[in-house]
Amino acid sequence: MQVTVCVKQIPDPASPYQLEPDTHWLVRPDEQILDETDRYGVEMGLQLAQENEGTVSLVSMGPAGSMQGIRQALAMGADEATIIDDTELKGSDALATARVLGAAISSKGFDLVIAGTESTDGYSGVAPQMLAEVLGVPCLTYVTEVSVDDGKVTVHRQTDAGYDVVEADLPAVIAVTAGVVEPRYPTFKGIMQAKKKPVETKTVGDLGVEVDVDQIVTSITDAPERSGGEKIEDEGEAHLRIIELLERKKVI
Amino acid sequence: MEVSGVGTDRYHFGMSQISLQKPDPRDFLDIDSLLDDEERLVRDTVRDFVRREIDPHIGGWWEEGVFPVELAKVMGDMGLLGMHLEGYDCAGTSATAYGLACLELEAGDSGVRSFTSVQGSLAMFPIWEFGSEEQKQEYLPRMASGELIGCFGLTEADSGSDPSSMKTNARRDGDDWILNGSKMWITNGNLADIAVVWTRTDEGVRGFIVPTDTKGFTANEIKHKASLRASVTSELVLDNVRLPADAVLPEVSSMRGPLSCLNEARFGIAWGVVGASRACYEAALDYSLERVQFDQPIASFQLTQQKLVEMMVSTQRANLVALHLGRRKDAGTLSPQQVSFGKMDNVRNALDVARLARSVLGANGITLEYPVFRHMANLETVYTYEGTNEIHTLIMGETITGIGAFD
Ligand SMILES: Cc1cc2nc3c(=O)[nH]c(=O)nc-3n(C[C@H](O)[C@H](O)[C@H](O)COP(=O)(O)OP(=O)(O)OC[C@H]3O[C@@H](n4cnc5c(N)ncnc54)[C@H](O)[C@@H]3O)c2cc1C
Repeated sequence: MQVTVCVKQIPDPASPYQLEPDTHWLVRPDEQILDETDRYGVEMGLQLAQENEGTVSLVSMGPAGSMQGIRQALAMGADEATIIDDTELKGSDALATARVLGAAISSKGFDLVIAGTESTDGYSGVAPQMLAEVLGVPCLTYVTEVSVDDGKVTVHRQTDAGYDVVEADLPAVIAVTAGVVEPRYPTFKGIMQAKKKPVETKTVGDLGVEVDVDQIVTSITDAPERSGGEKIEDEGEAHLRIIELLERKKVI
Repeated sequence: MEVSGVGTDRYHFGMSQISLQKPDPRDFLDIDSLLDDEERLVRDTVRDFVRREIDPHIGGWWEEGVFPVELAKVMGDMGLLGMHLEGYDCAGTSATAYGLACLELEAGDSGVRSFTSVQGSLAMFPIWEFGSEEQKQEYLPRMASGELIGCFGLTEADSGSDPSSMKTNARRDGDDWILNGSKMWITNGNLADIAVVWTRTDEGVRGFIVPTDTKGFTANEIKHKASLRASVTSELVLDNVRLPADAVLPEVSSMRGPLSCLNEARFGIAWGVVGASRACYEAALDYSLERVQFDQPIASFQLTQQKLVEMMVSTQRANLVALHLGRRKDAGTLSPQQVSFGKMDNVRNALDVARLARSVLGANGITLEYPVFRHMANLETVYTYEGTNEIHTLIMGETITGIGAFD
């Protein structure tokens, strides 16, 4: 089984970030890390590949830089990577991203594509669905558990109340939620092998895909300061108030 | 002086260029640029591990005086244990990568770094270096995975800086060996499945692999420590411990055995303490920018800035020393006396940094809410074990004068 995991390199959220003054795009440093949410996708991919004697390919769009984030995923155990790095793609929206990733993925063939639900730096949260559309395969979202059997993929799809069990024929795209599996750390042996694993860098021209990159960020504002929240004084009844609040938020 | 173009970040200045890029407060000299991609990935992996698995819990472990031994398996899966050894399921990284791992672990806690130092450099290394092929096959893969834990018994209650005065002894009895004596201050003693114990014999100093469930072997945990609390320290008692002939490490019968292990571990310490130092400096920097007194951040006072700069300079300098030692070790040109340089100087500097950072944090600096006091207390152990500050001073003193001043 050929599993393809979409991964994104993002600037380390722990370090201060910068925006380009004219375009408001994020300045991407040479050294970027693997998006936290993608560690879950990679882990799921590795587990599925292990159970089904498959391989794990990575596909990533964005400036390759030092490829630190890609190497991280290779060191976890993925077999190979394709990076689409093209200055033309700067400022791509979700649709352009889906078209480019789709072209790269279909040119290599796949049984299952795994993506994170949303990236930590962009948060658009629609790329997986668009990607499935581009590839012409079903899309299963908010996946917390997955298994593959007999040409079918079966997942737990998280809902407000619990989960639905959903299945689809392969090939398919699934979007996984963070925190559902315990991602492994890259191993030191893996780190040393990562350099020898095949990494292909491609441009839009190589893929022969047409994309319009016409998204403009007109302005940005700082997120509002968080308001104080509600303080509950406990006079013996506080737990009832807390339960009521949680129920209202549909957490319980 | 002429600007060399639009969007440039450099000035041409005669033949040389000057960068306009401001140094990173957390890596002032850009030591990062001296590492290759692989080394950076090792570092990032261990840093990530420490952020996730150590930092959130370490204050509590330290207070309770426990080391969570479950971590051994996680470390083993990553390849941290005996990482710089070749073969036998060890990762086989460079010495520099091992140093970077020690640095990141000790930025978490010296006790956590001590666990891996003992496992890799003091318990696995002697088997790897002086063991028989059977011993290597039997123990190393399971020690690399964290399934088996080891300790290293050299020091005794009456034999510290002068280990050759050890009293623990082994004598032959037919094909077997009988061990008697006791070892003191042994890291991982109560956690260990096997102890590498150094003894005097008629044939010189010999090392034994002692399964800790052997009859006559007991480990007693040393309590009431005010330092290295998230690490298990024990007394080992050997009361007529009978071992088969194949328990002895065949390839060494002198003090060279234990000393070459120490040399490995000291190298890791010279690196490790840079992590403790960095953690203290960063805690002080962050705190000083947020803490307001006299209507301004305390970082705006000249006295505080001086402390911060001292801490930063000291940490960076120690890092350069460690990296230099690492490159030399990888090139095969590192001498034990140069390791003494790193152990002695980097540890005392880290201790100074910790004390300065402690003062910057005021009352908060004495709590376990912040890492500083814990590091400071830990570093008192690091100052003493693996050759005290004084002993390394004397090693270098002898090297530069040609006169030994030990006795
Ligand atoms: C938490 C902890 C963990 C440890 N883990 C281990 C372990 O896993 N395995 C192990 O074998 N050991 C271990 N040790 C022991 C450690 O290596 C010894 O404590 C160290 O070697 C010093 O010995 P000592 O404590 O007996 O001090 P001493 O040798 O008695 O020294 C006391 C003081 O006298 C000074 N001194 C001694 N000789 C001289 C001299 N010739 N000239 C000038 N000054 C001198 C010393 O520098 C020191 O300041 C550990 C110690 C601690 C605290």
